[in-house]
Amino acid sequence: MNINRRIIYLLVAVVVTVPLIIKIAMPVRVSPPVQLAYDKLDELKPGSVVLLSTDYEAGTMPELYPMTIAILKHLFSRDIKVLLMSMYALGVPIGTMALDEVAAEYDKKYGEDYAILGFKPGLNVVIVAMGSEIRDAFPTDYAGTPLEDLPVMKGVDNYDDIPILIDLCSGSTLDSWVMFAQARFGQRIIAGCTAVMATSFYPYLNAGQIEGLIGGLKGAAEYEKLIESPAVATSGMPAQSFMHILILVLIIIGNISFFIERRRKRRS
Amino acid sequence: MANLIGTWIAAFLTLCIFSFLYKDNPFYRFAEHVFVGASVAYLLIQTWYFTIQPKLVQPLVREGFAQNYLLLVPTILGIMILTRWFPNLRQISWIPISFTVGVGVGLAVTGSIQGILIPQLKATIVPINSWNNAIMIIGAVTTISYFYFSREHKGLLGGSTRVGRIFIMIFFGATFGYTIMARVSLLIGRIHFLLHSWLHFI
Repeated sequence: MNINRRIIYLLVAVVVTVPLIIKIAMPVRVSPPVQLAYDKLDELKPGSVVLLSTDYEAGTMPELYPMTIAILKHLFSRDIKVLLMSMYALGVPIGTMALDEVAAEYDKKYGEDYAILGFKPGLNVVIVAMGSEIRDAFPTDYAGTPLEDLPVMKGVDNYDDIPILIDLCSGSTLDSWVMFAQARFGQRIIAGCTAVMATSFYPYLNAGQIEGLIGGLKGAAEYEKLIESPAVATSGMPAQSFMHILILVLIIIGNISFFIERRRKRRS
Repeated sequence: MANLIGTWIAAFLTLCIFSFLYKDNPFYRFAEHVFVGASVAYLLIQTWYFTIQPKLVQPLVREGFAQNYLLLVPTILGIMILTRWFPNLRQISWIPISFTVGVGVGLAVTGSIQGILIPQLKATIVPINSWNNAIMIIGAVTTISYFYFSREHKGLLGGSTRVGRIFIMIFFGATFGYTIMARVSLLIGRIHFLLHSWLHFI
């Protein structure tokens, strides 16, 4: 059975576009790993400083950006301060965009309620250096202001002063955060990742090395439900579901045609 | 105004990339090259302004050479890597590369053992007092046995490896499902951008 691949592309485009236009409402059920992530952040005292590492680039933005927005909304609504950094060069402007958007909504001020540390190459070395002093890795913020001059950095020297680290990643940066920040310095970690990576990170959750896991757009939709602020991820769920049905149908059609073809060959 | 122009450029580049679904064409290649060029340029600027300048140039030039002369060591090692471009001098680049590999492996080995192997082993050594724990232990033992190649997979070992293979297949299935979800999410993101930010249709 030969179907022109362009027909499949067309079907995919229709199945994704139509639910977005007609806005079908679908229930979102919160899974335990996302609930755990939410609970751990919700337990933080107002005024705590969390480190948010946006370790992803434009290619995975559709999955991780809604997650970033939802988490920032949760943090700022509880008056928790945020330090943004990234192990990817392009992760900083993406994180900055999210921070600007949410900070304006919650009337948060740069330097007092949040700061952008920036990007630093070196991954493992940077993580280890931050264990003794954040200023060793980031002497200044993204704009070149010494960290000493930022009120949000007062009393924040290393992982001991950061109750939770949130790593939103599209690659294997979480492995490094777990290997060095968690195992060596006892840093508590919550992870948000692309759906592709989620299965690789479940063992960390099971072993207690991370305390919550938000996987893909579905995880972001669950988080949006928990903070009662449905947005892009929630609106994408119907398209996601219809698309899965289409893929299942295509797999079934492919298998049926395979068996029919095989029977025909045997008979001939 | 800048936002509007940015949105139109992003929409144009998105459509250029989508055009590949029909067939390879100059629009697709243009968008691909723009992406690669812009990413490399951005990385270069970031590395210069946020790493090389504050960590090397400033300490050496402004804060004093005498106090920071040790910074010459990584600088020279860095320059030595660039000799890869010259066939006659290429061997020099092996020195800094060995240094980098050595540090990387050293960190990775200790990190893997301390941060992954031991905690994961600990998490697997649990009492068999629930179905979840039982499945996890059977899964771990049989999957490891599948990768034991010093004996032929026959008898008890053969049975164990067959069960292990089922667990591996379940993992592949779950990963495949998640991969589809991820790819569809990316498509949803782009179509949402086109319909919402560009066309204001939704």
